[in-house]
Amino acid sequence: MEKISVFEGVAAPLKRSSVDTDQIIPAVYLKRITKTGFEDGLFAHWRGQEPDFVLNQPVFQNSEILVTGPDFGTGSSREHAVWALRDFGFKAVFSPKFADIFRGNSGKQGLIAGVISESDMEAMWAAIDANPGIRAKVDLPAQLVTIGELSVSFEIDEYTKWRLTEGLDDIGITLQNEAAIAAFEAKRESWRPKTLPAKGV
Amino acid sequence: MSNKPLTLAEKLWRDHLVVKGENGAPDLIYIDLHLIHEVTSPQAFDGLRLAGRALRRKDLTIATEDHNTPTQDIHLPIADLTSRTQVQALRDNTKEFGVRIHSLGDKNQGIVHVVGPQLGLTTPGLTIVCGDSHTSTHGAFGSLGIGIGTSEVEHVMATQTLPLAPFKTMAINVEGTLRPGVSAKDIILAVIAKISASGGQGYVLEYRGSAIRALSMEGRMTICNMSIEAGARAGMVAPDQITFDYLEGRPHAPTGADWDAALTYWKTLATDEGAVFDAEVFIDADSLDPFVTWGTNPGQGVSLMDSVPDPSSITDSSERAAAERALEYMDLRPGTKMKDIPVNTVFLGSCTNARIEDLRAAAEIVKGRKKADGVRMMVVPGSAMVRLQAEAEGLDKVFKDFGAEWRFAGCSMCLGMNPDQLGVGERAASTSNRNFEGRQGKGARTHLVSPVVAAATAVRGTLSAPSDLEA
Ligand code: SF4
Repeated sequence: MEKISVFEGVAAPLKRSSVDTDQIIPAVYLKRITKTGFEDGLFAHWRGQEPDFVLNQPVFQNSEILVTGPDFGTGSSREHAVWALRDFGFKAVFSPKFADIFRGNSGKQGLIAGVISESDMEAMWAAIDANPGIRAKVDLPAQLVTIGELSVSFEIDEYTKWRLTEGLDDIGITLQNEAAIAAFEAKRESWRPKTLPAKGV
Repeated sequence: MSNKPLTLAEKLWRDHLVVKGENGAPDLIYIDLHLIHEVTSPQAFDGLRLAGRALRRKDLTIATEDHNTPTQDIHLPIADLTSRTQVQALRDNTKEFGVRIHSLGDKNQGIVHVVGPQLGLTTPGLTIVCGDSHTSTHGAFGSLGIGIGTSEVEHVMATQTLPLAPFKTMAINVEGTLRPGVSAKDIILAVIAKISASGGQGYVLEYRGSAIRALSMEGRMTICNMSIEAGARAGMVAPDQITFDYLEGRPHAPTGADWDAALTYWKTLATDEGAVFDAEVFIDADSLDPFVTWGTNPGQGVSLMDSVPDPSSITDSSERAAAERALEYMDLRPGTKMKDIPVNTVFLGSCTNARIEDLRAAAEIVKGRKKADGVRMMVVPGSAMVRLQAEAEGLDKVFKDFGAEWRFAGCSMCLGMNPDQLGVGERAASTSNRNFEGRQGKGARTHLVSPVVAAATAVRGTLSAPSDLEA
């Protein structure tokens, strides 16, 4: 994974709350078996049906930072929601509240899911409205996002931040514990179910 | 070791801890059982291949095909090319990595969360994961069932563990006796309406109390299934005699000395006297009515006896805006009696409510009746086994005589991914778990209901309780 530190990009306001993962990427777009190319499904219903939808506006077409309402990413666990945001070009999403699974998935794919206060969300929306197409600067180590004059701090858990700034892969970290995993397996009780050999077939 | 009283969830955590996280790092938790399906696994298998990693425990992994599969003409190749490709990828990957798979046409095929319990693979005291949020279903057995994303699927494949941050715990106390026509589905819809669709965030919910103890395993599964709809990471019920009776004799349930050892351990899996939950909720089962959703998230529900709420009475501004938007999408007006809302389609299916008891309960109501004109009813068993069992009991005939379609097992109309979808503007009473915009098809409108409400609705053509039929 690439190391993430400080970057800039156009910030887009998504003024909705409770955006669930079926809205972020409807199920029909989940059928690809590769890990890329999901940008076509991002907010597909809204992009397809609402000409005024924020990402349909030319100034926001290349945005990289999303500022959205609370309860973002609820519902289905589909990681495709994160891939769709990432493939569209987003590097960070800011919201007053994320669904747990979405936040976990984001951290694994190098998408920053930064938690901000509702008043900062309003202030960021206002800053973007006053100057659509404005670029925001995200400083992950300092946990700061700056839009023009406005500087807002965001929350991200320490461990995810460390992994993102170091560009570390989770599986690699875990495999350093091979001995502990093997020791745990050695004392697992024999009643615990096994799928093989198959029974009941 | 300290003698601090522990909740059930804390005991499971303690018993699966491989490495305690230091300095803010998550704990490393061992995973007992990994369920996989075609949608969230291809990229994970690809990841293994790219990194040259092995699948650590194929003997703790099992696959089934459910999300993309059609529910009729299953002998034909899957018509939709992308769906067929995804299912084929699962078949190829499981073959390459030596994973057991139950494919379309196999008697153990079905929705992943119906298949695990039915085979006796889901037992108390396990950590169970699947790249699917409704893995919470398995918590009904006193296990920790957690829905995960595809990166985590790959992580479990490679290491049989997951780095997880500890959860908070919430007790959901449901005391009393349900009235006739009120079921597990109504309990969970009422819970979600009470704590909201995000009220469980960061928590593992433990369902407790006399009304929960009185439920069958199937009812408990319905409740745990929808924990995720309250935003929770998992939901669970402590195992008891009902659990043990359900498991004994199932293909993969332990036998002999293993059964005895398991039983001894399972009986320790209750929240200790004096253990403290981070939050508690109380629900009175005696006063519950059948519940139904009016909006576009599962927290937007009311008693079937009530009317569509008026958003202007909601004080929280973002909730009010969400309610207004939901009513517009649902094409409903405040004050309309829920029972006056006509539906086009009734869907009896999904991992929430398509087990044998659900089918029996619905069949009981439609038996000897004819469905309302212009209403379509689809009955989709949760697994091929459930279908066979239902056919052995003659339930298929009851549904067909009523005018319903009798289908093969799969996720079907629960999500708009396979051929079973609603059209734009179509309205459904659905026993599934999500009423999000577009969930059952672009522009489709969903009212979540229990199996018996679904059945009564199919009889009358408008949202109805079984008690509306008695005349
Ligand atoms: S039935 Fe619905 S909720 Fe259950 S696994 Fe299938 S798609 Fe998911």
